[in-house]
Amino acid sequence: MASQQHDHAVGHEEGHHEGMTKGKIWRVFFYLLALTALEFFIALVLVHGGVIQKGLGVNITYIILTLLKAYYIVAYFMHLKFETFGFIITVSIVFLFIIYFIALMLTEGTYMKGHFNPFPFWPNNS
Amino acid sequence: MSTTVSQLDEVKTGRWNGGRSPFNVEYGKIMMWFFLVSDAFTFSAFLIYYGTQRFAHLTWPDPDKVFQSIPFVADHGYPLVFVGIMTFILIMSSVTMVLAVEAGHRNAKKEVVGWMIATIIGGLMFVGCQALEWTHLHHQGFWWGSIPQQEGVSPEVTLAPYFSREISEVSALQFANLFFTITGFHGFHVSVGILLNIIILGMTLANTFERRGTYLMVEKVGLYWHFVDLVWVFVFTFFYLV
Repeated sequence: MASQQHDHAVGHEEGHHEGMTKGKIWRVFFYLLALTALEFFIALVLVHGGVIQKGLGVNITYIILTLLKAYYIVAYFMHLKFETFGFIITVSIVFLFIIYFIALMLTEGTYMKGHFNPFPFWPNNS
Repeated sequence: MSTTVSQLDEVKTGRWNGGRSPFNVEYGKIMMWFFLVSDAFTFSAFLIYYGTQRFAHLTWPDPDKVFQSIPFVADHGYPLVFVGIMTFILIMSSVTMVLAVEAGHRNAKKEVVGWMIATIIGGLMFVGCQALEWTHLHHQGFWWGSIPQQEGVSPEVTLAPYFSREISEVSALQFANLFFTITGFHGFHVSVGILLNIIILGMTLANTFERRGTYLMVEKVGLYWHFVDLVWVFVFTFFYLV
């Protein structure tokens, strides 16, 4: 019973400070929808239409849009923006390791491309 | 001297001075967050390996050419449309979940039930779409450890429709393995999420949270559900767009 009361208290404390109102939820939804629509616009209209070529610039744009979407989901839908600073740091700082891991593995991949590629491949004329 | 003593005796009330949770988050919710962080590591490892393989190969299948069917509508010619529908479904179900959480804050049982049902339907639709896409690729010959093959025909010819640049069997094989492993692992997470949502819906209907006085459980399962959506955002970018 005691623990239930404790849960109750904590839950309520949280409900009091800035939460997500219905209006806010739909606004974030439209941001997400707009970002996804922008990705599709780039992929279908610009790249498929031949306006721009697939390449580093396009890929970086996709990744920035993805990270933006991820921010909106984590900050607003998962409510992380409204938690205490200590908690935000606790769950997010470990992703520094992931950034390091990405740099490490992509470097490794580039190395493998230059050194282990005995497999056959054919020019594609279609 | 006397001032020093009084300073020592002073009760500290800062966030980190003990006596209460510095995070001001309920225990179960913290544990859900920590689980999600570890799960994010697993997905990151998968996606980083995908990136490594892509960087390591001189050529790679063109996603626009591999994924261009809409089940029951068109067999080819519509890149990204079907996965666009799937993405929309998952974002939509994330919104209904957050609306369920919001209704839970107001202890509005009826609204929680309604939004939870909507979320479950969204999840089932997503898994259904994924099953259709897997079936389509499987019919084409893609599976774990297998790529389209025709007897007596060079892979160069069989695989040509899936590549924009040079053709490689090894790239196609790695693509197939990683596609089914990563979307499979994600689909497994969605399925578990649907199951959790159904359990939570049952508990809501049984008035468990009403008696407990708080709908915190909806919030915890909601965190998991949003995480599944979050992972899809990344899978979508790295498998279908880049």
